[in-house]
Amino acid sequence: MLAYYCPFSASAQVDTTKAQRLDEVQINARKNNFILKSPTPVQIIAGEELKRINSLSVADAVRYFSGVQLKDYGGVGGLKTINVRGMGSNHTAVFYNGVQLANAQNGQVDLGKFSLENMEEISLYSGQNSTMLLPAKAYASVSSLYLKALAPTFKTKENHQFKVGLKTGSFGLISPVITYNYRLADRTSLSINGELINANGKYKYRYQKLAYDTTIVRHDADIFAKRAEVGLHHLFRDSAKLQVNLYQYNSERGIPGAIVNSKYRFSQRQWDDNFFVQTSYQKVGNKRYQILVNAKYAYDHTRYIDPDIPKIAGTLDNHYTQQEFYFSAANQYQLTSFWQVSLSADYSRQELDANLNKFAYPHRQTWLVALASEWQWQRLKLQANLLRTYVNDEVKINIPAGKKTEYTPTVLMSWQPFATSDLRLRAFYKSIFRMPTFNDLYYTLIGNAFLRPEYTKQYDAGITYSKNFSGTYLKGIALQSDVYFNQITDKIVAVPGASLFRWSMSNLDKVEIKGAELNLQSFWRFNQITAAFKMNYTYEEAIDVTVGPTATAFGDQIPYIPVHSGSATVNANYKTWGANYSFIYTGERYDQKANTIANYVEPWYTHDIAFHKTFDIKKVGYRLSAEVNNLFNQYYDVVLNYPMPGRNFRFSVYANF
Amino acid sequence: MNIDLRKTGLLVLLAASLFSCRKDKVVPEPENIEAVSGLFVLNEGNFGSNKCDLDFYDFSNGSYKRDVYKAANPEVTLGLGDTGNDVKAYGSRLYVVVNGSNKVEVMNIKTAKRIAQVDIPNCRNVAFYKNKAYVTSYEGYVAVIDTAALTVGAKINVGRQPEELVVVGEKLYVANSGGYTATNYDRTVSVINLTTETKVKDIDVAINLHRLKADSYGDLYVSSRGDYDKIGSNLYVIDTKMDAVKKKFDIPASNLAIHKDIAYVYSSEWSNSAGGYTITYNKINVKDETVLSQSFITDGTQANIMMPYGIVVNPASEDIYVTDAKDYVTPGQLHCYTSAGKLKWSVTTGDIPGHMVFVK
Repeated sequence: MLAYYCPFSASAQVDTTKAQRLDEVQINARKNNFILKSPTPVQIIAGEELKRINSLSVADAVRYFSGVQLKDYGGVGGLKTINVRGMGSNHTAVFYNGVQLANAQNGQVDLGKFSLENMEEISLYSGQNSTMLLPAKAYASVSSLYLKALAPTFKTKENHQFKVGLKTGSFGLISPVITYNYRLADRTSLSINGELINANGKYKYRYQKLAYDTTIVRHDADIFAKRAEVGLHHLFRDSAKLQVNLYQYNSERGIPGAIVNSKYRFSQRQWDDNFFVQTSYQKVGNKRYQILVNAKYAYDHTRYIDPDIPKIAGTLDNHYTQQEFYFSAANQYQLTSFWQVSLSADYSRQELDANLNKFAYPHRQTWLVALASEWQWQRLKLQANLLRTYVNDEVKINIPAGKKTEYTPTVLMSWQPFATSDLRLRAFYKSIFRMPTFNDLYYTLIGNAFLRPEYTKQYDAGITYSKNFSGTYLKGIALQSDVYFNQITDKIVAVPGASLFRWSMSNLDKVEIKGAELNLQSFWRFNQITAAFKMNYTYEEAIDVTVGPTATAFGDQIPYIPVHSGSATVNANYKTWGANYSFIYTGERYDQKANTIANYVEPWYTHDIAFHKTFDIKKVGYRLSAEVNNLFNQYYDVVLNYPMPGRNFRFSVYANF
Repeated sequence: MNIDLRKTGLLVLLAASLFSCRKDKVVPEPENIEAVSGLFVLNEGNFGSNKCDLDFYDFSNGSYKRDVYKAANPEVTLGLGDTGNDVKAYGSRLYVVVNGSNKVEVMNIKTAKRIAQVDIPNCRNVAFYKNKAYVTSYEGYVAVIDTAALTVGAKINVGRQPEELVVVGEKLYVANSGGYTATNYDRTVSVINLTTETKVKDIDVAINLHRLKADSYGDLYVSSRGDYDKIGSNLYVIDTKMDAVKKKFDIPASNLAIHKDIAYVYSSEWSNSAGGYTITYNKINVKDETVLSQSFITDGTQANIMMPYGIVVNPASEDIYVTDAKDYVTPGQLHCYTSAGKLKWSVTTGDIPGHMVFVK
């Protein structure tokens, strides 16, 4: 989805927000330009649009991107991860303010934990971000999701900003949020953001099949979460930027289980403590030489209990602690007017501690070096980079995965054939892999330290086009469309053991994915009404091409990847009123490898609507919104036996002063 | 026997037509009907998938019907349930232990029509004695079900995470695994006096016990799963007169079926050094407790079995039925072998076919 903002919407805004909106228009014009010129497909939701779409967390927002399958276990607290272009959730790296949110234990980031409250922009890159000044980690995944936190902007003579808000609605949701921005000095600001999320997580779902029709209440999806973020921004006189972010998240939640015959209640619970501090220094003032330095420390603790599993004393109570140290330095140098190069180097150390028997206590050191070169001749842009990955795993007991070195290349191209038309052709090739996670390698009894990385190759070709109109209701269109072919070899899968107690990880499967994506946006103005219509469609054949004695599903579509999926949104604004409608469709899927009727999962689609109103009373700006999600109360499963909520509501009120 | 759909009404017919497409096209040849008229195959389905159902092989016409529970009970919300772990026949009723649904499902053996559901948390296996059903629960007890009232009465405490159980004379033997505490497995077979319904003895055998079968000489064959690491699986014999271990075979054993003087034993053993599974098919003479030199599959077709997961021997024809769970996430297969070990036919089942029972 292109974040293209019609400049006309600015005129419809009230005074207090006018300056902000004008900025936004400029920002988004730049963004649109960036999207159209990018040699890799990029989709962005930012600013106002992020506020308008029916979303609570980052997970809700990414559903509007093409090529994305959100794996959602339902409700406010249920696990939510993404799978981009059929490649598996471990292949998408998630970056927060430019630094990766790593999870060495299982390679997954629960996007449901990331609130939209403090978010300025969410962008998804297939392949990689094509900017040159990036940490080496930015080159090291199949696709990248960038989350950018809000940075305060002050008006002249403004030193304090407050924003308070409250969300409430279905699932017993009560969520207050507060933001305080303070200008410490001329070019230094501090931003503090806090949020509580409390929900009992209860919702009704209905099973209608054969001769039964049963309505059940989902329990055990309750959550209580606290999030606090502190951001410190400083702009040096030479226009270098320094940013420090502190992030703290604590939650207690029920773990909703698979709803099966006679089992509708669950007693498993989880506590999460996530903390990180990261700092970023960027000097771009000198056009010939630019530098970006990032550093991070992260601490993640998870406690999981299962009172249904008796141990010798008490019941199952597991603790996992992960720590990460990360440092990155990137340099970009302009050699000639048409040629620039960059070199970046990253180091990270990750370790996992768990109270499991015979646990390996692994730690992993990763050194990444990326060398990139970009040539620009008139309307042709070429980029090539090579990434060197060196990984060294060590363990306290059992066998370590040891040392591995890999070299992986990427080539990107963008070409504007006609100077007079905003039509561009683009293509990329990327070879990359994912390292087996600590769970894959070392989980007691299941892990297999001999695993190889999971290798992928991506081929993509596409077009982008935009055109503005005057004198018509239709003000502009923007389009991007790509076809792609992805290969996964040595895919890491769980293979059978002598019993269900003894599974083992293995590099067995091969997958080939052929896909096509279409994003289309149009912008309209009818007198005082401005409107945007956006749609995306994804066609994806993701075929299991595993051969050999262990192959059981050759030629079948892989689990949970629909052939057809898409979304459509309509957004309209009239003066201080706004309305948003969105439709999301996911076609038929299979929940297991074999494409049999027993594994068939029905298509689902949801209609969501939202209304917004902004107004000022004295010097306070208010914003009210009401959302109805799943308007037609459709019951569906995204993940088999994890029923999703039917029609649900959300209301919010914000005050800015 | 036949599952007579006409008796169960229009809805069932409608539901049956919905599932008729699942009736397998590869129809095995009809077999001699002697004392046995059919075979129920219980497909476990993956944990959390709710795909447990029964298949039925009809000896009279060689038909293999899939998902007969769903067809006979379309009104039962979410069907037979999640992860079936045992199926047994007692009188005119069929008992299915559905582990993931925490229940024992009791059905009419002729129609597969539900009679009752008995709730037992984390239930595993069932055995019968004098109008009572005994069901192991991973919570560390044997639940006693009155087969007339179909309610749970006493709970007899045994070891940790008990698995299979078998009645010999007036004693009930229970194999305890301790599977929830991997470094500290249970090692015992509990002996229960069925008159007093109390545990009278623990027989120390080996770690992580699983299968338990009785021969006709008053002996019990009990398998140990080992620790899946350094200690392999093994097979032991318990003398029920002495209630003590009398022999250790030193062969790997995942599962077995005993018919007359022969125990048919297969094993799928993970080997860290080989980086894969070693699968064996052995025969044991239970009369003199010796391992026979010949495998019970003799025509080389065992190469087509990815993961043997269940075994029974037809008491009438002496044919051997072996299920293949494959990679656990794709439909399995049922293979029928002659007593000479030659493959007669194979048919596709549901996911993880693991348990079978003959119907007279």
